[in-house]
Amino acid sequence: MLVSEKIAIEHGLKADEFKKICKLLKRTPNLTELGIFSAMWNEHCSYKSSRLHLKKLPTKGKKVIQGPGENAGVIDIEDGDAIVFKIESHNHPSFIEPYQGAATGVGGIMRDVFTMGARPIANLNSIHFGSTQHKKTKNLLRGVVHGIGGYGNCMGVPTIAGQTSFDRSYNGNILVNAMTLGLVKKNKIFYSKAAGLNKPVIYVGSKTGRDGIHGASMASASFDDKIEEKKPTVQVGDPFTEKLLLEACLELMAGDSIIAIQDMGAAGLTSSSIEMASKGNLGVEINLNKVPCRETKMTPYEIMLSESQERMLIVLENGKEELAKKIFDKWNLDFAVIGKTTDTKNIELFFDKELVAKIPVNTLVENSPLYDRKWKKSKLPKKIKLDKKKINNLKIKDTLKKILSSPNVCSKEWIWQQYDHTVMGDTIQKPGGDAGVVRVHGSDKAVAATVDSSATYCWAHPLTGGKQVVCETWRNLISVGAKPVAITNCLNFGSPEKEENMGEFVECVQGIGEACKYLEYPVVSGNVSFYNQTKEIGIKPTPSIGGVGLIKDYKKMITMDLKNTGNVVLVLGKTEGHIDQSLFARIILNENNGPPPEVNLFNEKNNGETLLNLIEKNYIKSAHDVSLGGIITAISKMCIKGNKGIDLKIPKSLINEIEYFFAEDQGRYLIEVSSDNLNDVIKILDKNSVHYDHIGKIIDKEMIINQKTKVTIDELKSYNTNWLKDYMV
Amino acid sequence: MKSSVITFPGSNCDRDMDVALKKFGFKNKMVWHNDIELPKSDLVVLPGGFSYGDYLRCGSMASKSKIMQSVINFAKSGGLVMGVCNGFQILVETGLVPGVLLRNKYLEFICKNVFIKIDNKDNPYFKNLDKDIFEFHIAHNEGNYFCTKDQLKEIEDNNQVAIYYCNNQGKTEDEFNPNGSIKNIAGIFNKEKNVLGMMPHPERMIDQSLSGEDGSLFFKNLINNIK
Repeated sequence: MLVSEKIAIEHGLKADEFKKICKLLKRTPNLTELGIFSAMWNEHCSYKSSRLHLKKLPTKGKKVIQGPGENAGVIDIEDGDAIVFKIESHNHPSFIEPYQGAATGVGGIMRDVFTMGARPIANLNSIHFGSTQHKKTKNLLRGVVHGIGGYGNCMGVPTIAGQTSFDRSYNGNILVNAMTLGLVKKNKIFYSKAAGLNKPVIYVGSKTGRDGIHGASMASASFDDKIEEKKPTVQVGDPFTEKLLLEACLELMAGDSIIAIQDMGAAGLTSSSIEMASKGNLGVEINLNKVPCRETKMTPYEIMLSESQERMLIVLENGKEELAKKIFDKWNLDFAVIGKTTDTKNIELFFDKELVAKIPVNTLVENSPLYDRKWKKSKLPKKIKLDKKKINNLKIKDTLKKILSSPNVCSKEWIWQQYDHTVMGDTIQKPGGDAGVVRVHGSDKAVAATVDSSATYCWAHPLTGGKQVVCETWRNLISVGAKPVAITNCLNFGSPEKEENMGEFVECVQGIGEACKYLEYPVVSGNVSFYNQTKEIGIKPTPSIGGVGLIKDYKKMITMDLKNTGNVVLVLGKTEGHIDQSLFARIILNENNGPPPEVNLFNEKNNGETLLNLIEKNYIKSAHDVSLGGIITAISKMCIKGNKGIDLKIPKSLINEIEYFFAEDQGRYLIEVSSDNLNDVIKILDKNSVHYDHIGKIIDKEMIINQKTKVTIDELKSYNTNWLKDYMV
Repeated sequence: MKSSVITFPGSNCDRDMDVALKKFGFKNKMVWHNDIELPKSDLVVLPGGFSYGDYLRCGSMASKSKIMQSVINFAKSGGLVMGVCNGFQILVETGLVPGVLLRNKYLEFICKNVFIKIDNKDNPYFKNLDKDIFEFHIAHNEGNYFCTKDQLKEIEDNNQVAIYYCNNQGKTEDEFNPNGSIKNIAGIFNKEKNVLGMMPHPERMIDQSLSGEDGSLFFKNLINNIK
């Protein structure tokens, strides 16, 4: 069947793009070919609107073994070990069907990691929901949490950290970003580049069904009123099969049979076969009758575009088929030789002995569209005029209660208790800290990971917001005693076809790039999710950054719980009293305007590295990064976790106590130091020109604020821990 | 002392159990579910996880797998068989221990530390332990122990309750029950006390850097009891 422009447009292609396809092929494609083009040329797979800008990110560094462009990024953690990691979005499917959407998001990212030969050792997630008043929020939250847990728990991979936020802008588009870290020996990393002619192409894993057809195209479009009709484009996950696939793949990888391996994720068999051929500068021939199918009478079009989960494509060394088949038989998984590599540089598909598609690989990859979209620069908003009178009349205890029990600050225990975070027996820092930490099994090393985003800052000023998110991950890693190594980014934005949204993207990416470059903290993997909008309403720009750091001796890991009464607490970094865009401004002053806090990269680097130095010298008893809600929110969490109190005294400063305590200036940490070490610590801080304030001494059971206000630890706990539980009942 | 850990498709605490057993001196072997013969063992462990994806019913398919006939024979001849979490669910399905495990009361997976109380030390697992209250770790979706009134009477008459959920003082009130289990039951013996099924994971409590060390006390004591 020959296709028309109308059919192409129904596939999400633009009229120009269809013309380009006809020109490249020198003929009109048939329906299967059109399906393949639409899958490869959509935003999700081709990065056509983002490629130009992503190129500017720093992706190289001494510790980088593999940057963007593979299934996941790889960093060197010494002693022959490497960490493979990546974050990926599953936003659109999760909004349509929260359980399966989130579950398959987790499944997909784990596959990306074990495709490279790494055993997944930790999962993280960043999930964002609409207003807590919105009628869909509760069900979506429950569904997503059950989905993430359902998949990760069954796989036996601990979920060690995450982030949850609520904001009206996600009412019609929730975000579900899943991240996985895997551990691999440096000399046993597997890549997706095919090599050699006439090598068998192997299909393993689940059978192919009709689920998820055109999932990637769906994820590249906006939602409208007919979203229920899109349910069939959501994939259905089977974590049990994936667990078997993981074990079978790792067993096969222990030998030397594999030339290239690629998971069938977005755009399934299409993108996996094409990517392997493209990277190897080869052709590939596939006999679609050999593909194991779950349903009868599946057409070539359906087989190529199915996004059934838990499948892998492997290019094997000749003569290794029997050995490989034995392993997959042991694990009860399908195994089929479905084709071979060729020198034609075409993808050629046969079905019922007929050639049903023939496309030059380069037309699908190198010749895919590339857009330099128009974008609008954001201005830095003017500072808001604070209502000093109102602020002066606020009672600090009431204000603190409101902040600690607000949806974005309250304890997320209800969520992370549903994730198995201790399986594998190496989780030494559980969810609820600054970063999750897992030991490298059987060694003294540990790996820390965190995922963060600050959509409000990015929305107010994308350039600053982009920088800020990177710095926040950096601080979270340092707060647990880890040296930050690299990041992965998941860039969630509205429509690239709108100048404002595109501007947000471009400037956030610029901010991320600047911060990464300055901090020598490269980007090694990531993904872009555009079209997070329903009708005309888009989300706030939400880059989620996953940061990974290394702790050489896990016994030196730091936690945030206050340790001993009598110890002193210092704030590192200067508090200027930046209230605009703070949680305090939004919740207490009902003020949404103004610029986000300024990011000073020099201070970030200097404060962070100095703190790492203090940790190395064993001077730090506990530490916590100061972020949302300011100093008093951070210290409250340290009190709650340690079941200790603090006698807080505001330093002599020009700003008043409320501004001092709730401001969200950047580059700050709270640290606990014993009085014996205080002089040595101060010497080092002075020597490195790190600003610090003395804010208090640790006492038992209550927080005393400027000798006036008393709050017991039990009160702090009840403010912080109950909101989410009560909301979900 | 020799132990065997059975790996079913979907088991995911098999390695953790192997690490724990070895740490406290067991010579442990991993045994594949499709094997027929059990290696010579002083202890057989059915580990946690999602055997056969928990499809049909947790533990039900694993209870019919090839190796289980040998495990059942071993148990019936007096050998020590311990099932943890999914292993407990498998034991229940084999009928080696009474009762069933339903979904947690609030229909949510729970992963956290809990306190448990040991009532009866007249058995090879808990004999010689010098305290009664332990902090263990749970991670499950179907740990809500249930049995009929008659069964419960029989279980209690025979001292078959191995452990109860409680608080740090050993109080077994309902508020310390994480999953709705009848009478706060967290673990059960067979009549002869050589088969133990329990939801908590002692193997996740074997290191100060992890959730705690009460699991170490359990394993150290266990190997001494078997010697």
